[in-house]
Parts: sequence; structure tokens; C-alpha cells
Amino acid sequence: MKLDIKLSGVGGQGILSIATVIGQAALTDGINLKQAEVHGMSQRGGDVQSDLRLSTEPIYSDLIAKGGVDLLISMEPMEALRYRNWLTPDGVIVTSSKPFVNIPNYPDESAVLAELAAIPGVISVDIEQMARDAEVPRSANMILLGLAAPHIPILSADSLREAIASIFARKGEAIIEANLRAFNLGLQYSTSL
Amino acid sequence: MSEKRLLLGDEAVALGALYAGISGVYAYPGTPSTEITEFIQLSPQGRSGEVRSRWCTNEKTAMETALGMSFAGKRALVCMKHVGMNVCADPFVNSASTGVRGGVVVLAADDPSMHSSQNEQDSRFYGKFALIPFFEPSNQQEAFDMMAAAFDLSEELELPVLMRTVTRLAHSRAAVVASGQMRAQNKLDPETETANWNLLPINARRRYQVLISKQGEIAARAEASPFNALELGPKGGLGVIACGNAYNYVKEAAPQGISLLKISQYPIPAALVHKLADHCSSILVVEDGQPFVEEQIPALLGAGYKVEGRLTGRLPRTGELSPDNVAAAFGLEAKTSFAPAEHIAPRPPQFCQGCGHRDVFTVLKQIYSEYPQGRIFGDVGCYTLGALPPFKALDSCLDMGSAITLAKGAADAGLYPVLTVIGDSTFTHSGMTGLLDAANENSDITVIISDNLATGMTGGQESAGTHKYEAICLGLGVEREHLHVVVPLPKNIEAIAELIRKEIAYHGLSVIIAQRECMQTLARKQRAKKATEK
Repeated sequence: MKLDIKLSGVGGQGILSIATVIGQAALTDGINLKQAEVHGMSQRGGDVQSDLRLSTEPIYSDLIAKGGVDLLISMEPMEALRYRNWLTPDGVIVTSSKPFVNIPNYPDESAVLAELAAIPGVISVDIEQMARDAEVPRSANMILLGLAAPHIPILSADSLREAIASIFARKGEAIIEANLRAFNLGLQYSTSL
Repeated sequence: MSEKRLLLGDEAVALGALYAGISGVYAYPGTPSTEITEFIQLSPQGRSGEVRSRWCTNEKTAMETALGMSFAGKRALVCMKHVGMNVCADPFVNSASTGVRGGVVVLAADDPSMHSSQNEQDSRFYGKFALIPFFEPSNQQEAFDMMAAAFDLSEELELPVLMRTVTRLAHSRAAVVASGQMRAQNKLDPETETANWNLLPINARRRYQVLISKQGEIAARAEASPFNALELGPKGGLGVIACGNAYNYVKEAAPQGISLLKISQYPIPAALVHKLADHCSSILVVEDGQPFVEEQIPALLGAGYKVEGRLTGRLPRTGELSPDNVAAAFGLEAKTSFAPAEHIAPRPPQFCQGCGHRDVFTVLKQIYSEYPQGRIFGDVGCYTLGALPPFKALDSCLDMGSAITLAKGAADAGLYPVLTVIGDSTFTHSGMTGLLDAANENSDITVIISDNLATGMTGGQESAGTHKYEAICLGLGVEREHLHVVVPLPKNIEAIAELIRKEIAYHGLSVIIAQRECMQTLARKQRAKKATEK
């Protein structure tokens, strides 16, 4: 069994925290993993992406081939569209629907959302609003992970919960609680679709 | 003892070096190498000071300090990004002549595709140039395992050893099993044959002969290396040479019927290449970076043997390897099912909100509009973004420390007005010497040191000269009345612009230090403070 995930967003939105949680869960479960990131200049408010590969078999390449992404998790709708053509025919997109506009030539927001909505099976949710409503405003990325969790069959929801608890352990009980709540919220929403 | 951890390639290198018993890591931050030193700094051995790990002023000071530690008998690791090799080339190349006492491994992290660099030079050329053994790990586990082997080889052959990685290994995570005992550090055991380290021509000629005489042994080690491996397929098929990280893309594409030579230890194992060539009808060389191996194969096999790769166009001449371009080299078609989306726009990196460089460039944009015939020479760091919209107020970025010297040369030629912008860490890295040249001639340039009290671009590491810039400038001969310290804030923009106009009107050397802390390091300190208050 294998799952190739691409994570995308804007520098500073927290896609690497999502990758860290999935990575921790994979390590505990004995699932092979490779995760390529780009650091340095591209982190400064530019587009960022990371390839995360999970498999029960050995993994060679750190990068996913074009057309090989099973699951695209994005913190921003236009950044989800950017990698649309990397998906397998039945690949899934799970994304935040809230545009992050920090460039003067950001395309028409309604056109971005319309193009996204036209993709079959896309899960597009305003996770920031959801996070504020649930009073976990800093855990929107864990809501996104919860939304994606049913599409990561290689790892159980419990493994991901344990990983959240271990990754946020040094930040204290309250932060662990908030992130777990956010994750569960996303998971519930996703399974109710 | 055995531990399994999820590590970046950089972190695997660092852990490998700790297991190999280093006494120090010497480095200047540079993407994609930075996390090696940071991992050691945060390790128990780094925190306790048992392993020295403070950042160096530049790659040359790093290399030389490591050699000093080696002279005293202990093991040292030197880390840098590929272009750092240019900065330390002098001690690096000469250390092959002096030889080493304690093991020395030099780690150069290359950046094919220039994700965060100004070129994609291939550090393997430096290994060949210096006539020393060099390694190129293919994955995170091998990066860990190789470190001990590299330090052992360095001490056995009494030579520095080079290790080359690329971005996709340095910044990719995988599980690494660290097994065995951590080797104890070497005891203090200073060099007794000091003539070997004293490269007067009479000694240098002798030492160069010694280096040449070791070449057979260096080659034999690569030939027998456990990191090089030949997998023979059906006779008469395609032979593939895959170097370091490239091995993964070849295995991923998994073309049928090939024979595969993996090279991770150099010089090129000639006997293995001959074995591959004899078994196959032609060879495809898959290597990240420049066509280093591909260029050398015809000298081994003769011009009649068909060799393909980046030079022949079967792989792209520039840019990093990917599963896609390697699969294409095997004639495999891409599996893309969808067309690119329509409503997307590029999102280039930009200054952080509230960054002091932003205010500096707001001023410079204004100044530029007033003096369109003038030029502003820039340097390497976050502030290089000042060249992009909306500022477009920077005319150069050549190499670390080049801003002031480029400006001086342009002013010598008669260009006026000439301004330069250089970051604090870049200034101490290698801009200071150029300022001395400018001070000695009282060059007609206006230097702005954009001081954010950190090495910002690479993540906010300490900057070697923090709180010393005024003293340094005065010491180098900048006149007191033309040395100013300002705080780049929106409310000060008009005053700073006025000061720059005044200094442009002065036909001599002026330095303006624009000083305000990096927003990233400031935020980090505030978070840490909040956490301790709780």
C-alpha cells in the first residue's frame, strides 16, 4: 500500500506542521516515509509545497512524479489549483477555501473558487472560520488534517491523534487539546460529507 | 544501542558526525546546509560545549579553524552551501597538501535548480581539483553511515575528505537508524611534523609529491567502496551510471533490462565503469548538478563508446533531476491526466510584514527616482528582494560581500551617484575588506549596512558583528562625520532620505547603518519570553 501526498500553501501557513504530524504517525506505525521540503528564500511569503510519500514498500525518490499525487492538501485555494495537474485520475483535493491575497495580481477570487468547485470530489472548506467558531483560531491546519484523514487510509485516525499529542507535547496540555479538537472537528465534517 | 529517528538529510549528516566523534563543527549558514550545524548546536554535546558549534564569520574561517582542530589531533566537520566552497577554496585546496591529523570532513550542500542560490555549481569538481577522496550519499541512511566512514578514511589517508549533498537530500526527511556506540572524541595530540603544515615552496613541493603518491590508494578505496555498487542486467542492454541522489530516480522509474552502477564514492571507480561498459552496449549517466562524470567517461572508454546524459540532451543540461525528467530519459511517458489550472498566478517570496529592509527600500526607491543616473549595488540576503517589485531598487547581487567593491569599481570608473546595500552578516562575512579598500581611497560611494541583528535569510542565526558595526567602520577608516546610525521605520523615512541626499552630495565615503531587529527573531524571542512568564 502507498499514498503520495502533496502539501501546498503560502510560507508561514503551517503546512510543515501537518507534514510533521503525518511523519510522526508513520514512524510510530512503521510505515516508510520520505518528505521533501524547500527551505530558505521561498519561505518568505511565497508559495511553498512539500512532497510526502508513505508506503509499506521501500521508497526511493524524495519527489513525487507528475500525475502521481493521490492526495493534495492545501492551506490556500489558488495554491491547490497550482498542483491540480499533479493529481492521479482519482486523486483527492482537500483545501482551505479562504484566499490568501498577498500579491497584486491575485486572480479573481470567485473564478479561483469556481474552478476549484468544478473539480469532482474536491473538499473545500473555510477552515479559518471553522477554527474561529470552535475557538481554536491557531489550529486551522489541524482542521485541514482532520478533513484529509479519511483519505489517508495507510494511517489510522488514532495514530494521527497520538502524533498530534506527541508533536505538541512540549507546548503544554491546552495546546494539545486545541489541536486534537481541531483535528476531530475536521474529521467529523469530512465523514459527514 | 540503536535509535530510529525521522531526520532531514542534513540532520542525518549531523548525527553521523556526532557518532563519528567530532570535537567541532565549523560553518557559515547557507541553504541547504544550515540545519546540519543547528542540529549539532541543539544536541546534548552541542549544548554542553563538548562539541564546539558556534557559527563562523565565513566559510574560510570555518575551514581554517577546522584544520587547526585537526592539527591538534581532533576530528572536525566543516559545512557550507556549494558557493561557500569558492570562499574557502584556498585553505581547502591547500589542506590536501598539508594533510590532516584529526579527521576533517568538508560537507558541501549543492543547490541544483537554484532554489535559494545564485548558481548550480557542482562541488564534485572541487574534490577532483584538490585530489582528495569524496562522497555523495544517495539517501538519509547512507548520509548517516558515510560520516563515520569518511572520518575514518580521512585519518587513514591523512587527507581531508569532501562530502557532497544536494537540496533534495539535505531537505528531505526519512527514517534513519543510528546504531552502534558513539565514538569517543580523539585526545589532544598535536602535530609533530610541523614542516608538513608549513607550505614554503621547499615543503610544498615535497607535500604535493606525497599527495600525488596517494592517488592510487584513493582510487583503490573508491573501487572497493561498499557505497558503490554494480547490478548487472541482461547482457548487451543499456548501462546506467547513477550518482548519489540520482540513484533514487532511476530506481523509481525502474526501467526493464538495464544494468546499473551506483556511484557514491569518488574518484570515479574506473574498473567498475569498464565492467559496466563491457557488459552493455551504451551508457546513460544520470547525475544531479553538472555533467561531472559524463565528461570523464570518454577518457576511460574511448571516444567510440556511446555515452549519453546531460551533455547529449537525453537529460536536461540545467536544473535538478526529477522523477519526471529521469523517466523521460528512459523513454517513459508522463502520466499526467489533467491540464494545468487556469486561475493561478506566481507568488514570489517577499519581505515579511514590518521588516526593516522594507523601510530601507522604500527610501531607496524614492532616492532612485531622484537620481535615475545613479546605481545601487546589492548583495546576498533577504534584502536582495529589493530588486523585485514594488521596490526595484537594487542593481546587482553577485556573491557574498560584493556590494561595496562593485560600487567602488563603478565609482572609480566615474559613475555617480553610487550607493550600496549590504546586510550585517554579509558585511562581516566578506564585505569589511572591501570597505577598507574604499576607506583607503575615500571612494565616492554611500554604503548602507542594513543591520537586522541576525543572519535572516537562513532563519535568524546570530550575526558575527552584532553591536560592533560602528566600531568596525571607524576602525577601517570611515570618517566619524560620515558614519550614521538610523532606525528604519516608516516614521523615519523622510529623515533617512534627507541624510542619504546629503551623503550623496559629499564626494567621499559614507556609511549609514540602518539598524532594526529582524521581525522573525524578534517574534521568536517574544514567544519564548511569553512561554517563560506562564
